[in-house]
Amino acid sequence: MQDELNTPPAKLHIDGVSKSFTSKRGKVLALESATLTVDEGEFVCLVGPSGCGKSTLLNLVAGFEAPDTGSVMMDGKRVTGPGSERMVMFQEHALFPWLDVLGNVMFGLKLKPGLTDKERVEVAQYYLKLVGLERVMRASIHELSGGMRQRVALARALAPNPRVLLMDEPFAALDAMTREQLYADIQRINEARQRTVLFVTHNVREAVCLGNRVILFSPNPGRIREQFVVDLPRPRDINDPALAGLAGEITRSLKGHTRVQSAE
Amino acid sequence: MKRFFIALTFFASLILIWHLLVKTGIWSPVLLPGPGAVGEYMGVALQDGSLLSASWVTIKRLLAGYLIGCLIGLPLGLMTARSQTLNDTLGVLALGLQTLPSVCWVPLALIWFGQSESAMLFVVIMGTLWSVLISVDNGVRNLPPIYTRAALTMGSSGFHTLRHVILPASMPYVISGMKQGWAFAWRSLMAAEIYVTLLTGYGLGHLLHFGRELNAMDQVAAVMIVIVVIGLLADKVLFSPWERFLHRRWGLNG
Repeated sequence: MQDELNTPPAKLHIDGVSKSFTSKRGKVLALESATLTVDEGEFVCLVGPSGCGKSTLLNLVAGFEAPDTGSVMMDGKRVTGPGSERMVMFQEHALFPWLDVLGNVMFGLKLKPGLTDKERVEVAQYYLKLVGLERVMRASIHELSGGMRQRVALARALAPNPRVLLMDEPFAALDAMTREQLYADIQRINEARQRTVLFVTHNVREAVCLGNRVILFSPNPGRIREQFVVDLPRPRDINDPALAGLAGEITRSLKGHTRVQSAE
Repeated sequence: MKRFFIALTFFASLILIWHLLVKTGIWSPVLLPGPGAVGEYMGVALQDGSLLSASWVTIKRLLAGYLIGCLIGLPLGLMTARSQTLNDTLGVLALGLQTLPSVCWVPLALIWFGQSESAMLFVVIMGTLWSVLISVDNGVRNLPPIYTRAALTMGSSGFHTLRHVILPASMPYVISGMKQGWAFAWRSLMAAEIYVTLLTGYGLGHLLHFGRELNAMDQVAAVMIVIVVIGLLADKVLFSPWERFLHRRWGLNG
């Protein structure tokens, strides 16, 4: 079990990746030659208005889609499809209603070879404890609040010990109070179990609160514009003035890019 | 307990009203005998075993046909939901045949299989198959795609996804389809039994038929009551546990 919990996080290389989709109004360039390197254990937030390609980039790293040009590499190996070493956490919790809380966390673990069933249950319990839900292991999903569901989804994503965690606006549907609690939880959990994380959001403050680095995207076509290194001390509080200051700076920069775009 | 007494009072009053209508002569006992006469027939028929053996014959036919119908309909429904070609061909056929009352198969079944158990079985299968197929197809088609994406990202694929994600996720549809299939099977078997006399065993439908021939409306009414009771019991035994599970897990009203 110790080994299972200790495989190291991975390094991501995204190199010149473009992706277009065909819609009714013709071809849309969702992402244009994006290049990004994410270090082992780094928490990188992707920020931008809708249609800027941040979710597209996440889907490419997840392997749900293949890039038109360029490549996505994890530790030097090309990503060709979805896999449990790159776990995705969605905006909707995407938990399975026919399984209870423990069953959901066990789903990915059961697909991992080299563990006994007893060990799998132990791992699942460890992560449920980490997200503070060990007491509702046997509850059904519909009995949980929105925040609790996202916690279960987080435990489910962490349990098989992915080398990269991909989070697609996981807190967007939650109320502000629940979100703030989850920011604290995420930081605490990442301290304990450092993963390489790509975190998509349109909330700049959220990005500054969680990320080591914030990558700014602009739309039409989706491009990486700028990046900001966040070296505020942890744990960070979303209401901290220094954090708000940096977020303000990023927001101004974001507005600048959007304005330039609409003038073009 | 309170609910039980309310139900009990309801049915007791129904029987009382029935009794009074016959007793006062508003209803002629020739058209519908009173509950006393019907009860008397039921007592006799239970004692001589004719009612029980007819019920048993009918239930055996029903279960066999229903099981086969489900076993064929389930995989076919999965396939039509996943393949456009199959949906355009088999799916359309299923939709058409589902609207056909399955008693319409009886004439053909008699020609193909003779007056045999196979003919009965065929009619029941035709009653079950299409509605099971269509609900499974519906269930799989209406799955939120995020379930399969979540499964993929956790390393599930192919048959594992089918068995552990697609099937359980479409369960609310599958259960309601199987329930509908059961109702159709039950109806088609009754129609077939009233229509065709088989020497291999008399079912409840035959008792109804003979009751009509003999003008014995007490027999007809008693058999109808038995049919309703079997239907109710089947619902409780076959479907209630599943519906309770759906209710507990999904939070649906089953």
